[in-house]
Amino acid sequence: MRILVVGATSTIAIECERIWSDSPGAHLMLAGRDLKVLRSLAQDLEIRFPKASFEILTCDFTDANSIQEAIDSVDVVDLALIAHGELTDQVSAQSDLTVVEKSLDVNAVSPVLFAEAIVRKFEHQNSGTLIILGSVAGDRGRRSNYVYGAAKGLLETYVQGLQHRFANSGIAIILVKPGPTATKMTLTMAKPPKGMADPSDVARAITKVASKNKSRIVYIPGKWRLIMFIIRNLPRTIFNRMDI
Amino acid sequence: MQLVQAPSWGNLPGDSGSLSIDLRSFVGAENVLIRGMGRSYGDVCTNSTGKLLATKFLNKFLRFEPETGILTCEAGVTISEIQRMFVHRGWMVPVTPGTQFVSVGGAIANDVHGKNHHSMGTFGEHVLSLNLLRTNGELLSCSKQENPELFHATIGGLGLTGFIVQATIQLQSVPGPWLQTENLIFGDVDEFLAISDDTEDKWKYSVSWIDCAKASSTRGIFMRGNPVAAENRKEPQPRNLNFPFTPPISVVNKLSVKVFNQAYFKLNAIKKGTRVTHYQPFFYPLDAVQNWNRMYGRNGFYQHQCVVPRVDGEGVLREILQVIQKSGQGSFLSVLKTFGDREPAGLLSFTRAGITLALDFPNHGESTLKLLEALDGIVISAGGAINPSKDARMSRETFEASFPRSFEFQQFRDRGISSDLSKRLMGS
Repeated sequence: MRILVVGATSTIAIECERIWSDSPGAHLMLAGRDLKVLRSLAQDLEIRFPKASFEILTCDFTDANSIQEAIDSVDVVDLALIAHGELTDQVSAQSDLTVVEKSLDVNAVSPVLFAEAIVRKFEHQNSGTLIILGSVAGDRGRRSNYVYGAAKGLLETYVQGLQHRFANSGIAIILVKPGPTATKMTLTMAKPPKGMADPSDVARAITKVASKNKSRIVYIPGKWRLIMFIIRNLPRTIFNRMDI
Repeated sequence: MQLVQAPSWGNLPGDSGSLSIDLRSFVGAENVLIRGMGRSYGDVCTNSTGKLLATKFLNKFLRFEPETGILTCEAGVTISEIQRMFVHRGWMVPVTPGTQFVSVGGAIANDVHGKNHHSMGTFGEHVLSLNLLRTNGELLSCSKQENPELFHATIGGLGLTGFIVQATIQLQSVPGPWLQTENLIFGDVDEFLAISDDTEDKWKYSVSWIDCAKASSTRGIFMRGNPVAAENRKEPQPRNLNFPFTPPISVVNKLSVKVFNQAYFKLNAIKKGTRVTHYQPFFYPLDAVQNWNRMYGRNGFYQHQCVVPRVDGEGVLREILQVIQKSGQGSFLSVLKTFGDREPAGLLSFTRAGITLALDFPNHGESTLKLLEALDGIVISAGGAINPSKDARMSRETFEASFPRSFEFQQFRDRGISSDLSKRLMGS
């Protein structure tokens, strides 16, 4: 199986790579921004999984041509995960437009560009599974993180479109929405939420969904489906009084 | 950065210090402590007035030589990962403590030992080299050849000599994940010592559990094992048992200690004899239940591990067990083992020739502290030592009597680093 991971050095991506590399005949294509960090990741995976093979690709994650070139440079892709993202400091976003711009670029525009390039490849192959990491934050805008949330919300609308486009084909599009997970990203927050999910558990759930090869939108852990159903449907008068 | 309470494994009440993953803030920091998996029982891994920096994401393998079994990895790699990744390629860590969920950095800083001290010594003996970052920004390569004194002080140095960034360790060649094991029953300390003497040159691993709740005798189970080649066996799947929450009070009490110890003895008495066992249940029986430390409730628990010289060891052990029985505070799990006579790997290494006894007590406040102090007294007057890696309350006098070289150690400390333990036992 040939697997492409975009944002390969993110915590959840690394955990997925450690599961996928353990399967027979695995070839992983690790895409990221920083060549040095990617090299040390590939080296770690090579030591852990001597039977798997790895290649590295770098590009400018906010440049459409650079992304297109990088995706064109790889051979067949059976499975792709788009996992990069950056937490946005909502407070500084409200006083600095460049923070907003960067958040939308990294969390929304960039994943969409990658996805678009990858599905074009899938179309030629007539097969492939694409997984995009969204977030429960995209389900309803909240004052504490609506810029990040808006970017993740855009991904969901985009995925719905792709799923519609590739309905009844051999191509599966999956949006995964993890709840708060203890990653390098969330653990640098000023006040990380309590009871965060373990990244290796989230990765196990992602790889399980991926193996079914079916278009879906899934919450991980599953309890977030109910929680977000309630939050999405709260009347505004109640919602506005909540400090979330 | 991040503000999360991170208690030690003993879950004793009180602050632990704020935990962050921003390792770059280490250089230039003051009152900082590097923290691995937080599996130490006591305050060697807490820093209530300062900062804790977690190595959770510093967990990459850097180099592995399949012909020699020499592994270089970052400090946050856990023993569990090493075992899982290399056991089917014929290699395992040469020394492992009773939980596999410890980091390589923590295993070095506490110079941990396991069931094979008599044959393989401590973890530190198998460290070929390490990279140590000091808060002043110096990055030092340490081994027996390079900076040998700092290397010697860092092994078992309780994390106080610098930040162990990466280490090169010699793995041990094994036939696979299986061991030939044997359980024997003993009725008292004499019998335990007789079995120990008979075991040491024939069995690589040995450990004993004693029934601390029975007043009339010190019966127990002696468990020993040797690696064995066993093809085509089905490996046990992890069962994912979890102690789901911390009850307000300890579920470990007089009654449950008695019931558990009796049941444990009976259960293992049935299982006596030889069998082939997977390394996981043999090395890590407690890892089968995640968060088992929660059973001690909100006040947590203390572990007391001592080592006493073999001469008069029997008498000392008997005295310790009598004091415990008189106090009415039974130890839930009591582990007995002999240490071999080896050159210690570190300046402050705890292990030394003799008999070691490890006991767990629920924290009942003053009465528990009094009991533990009484035990310290017996151990020190017998010329023994208390393990600081598992301690949260021994006196400075007890520490200095246990480690006569602790004064010499001070010159190797990184002044930017301190822990609750270093403030308590070394004054800063």
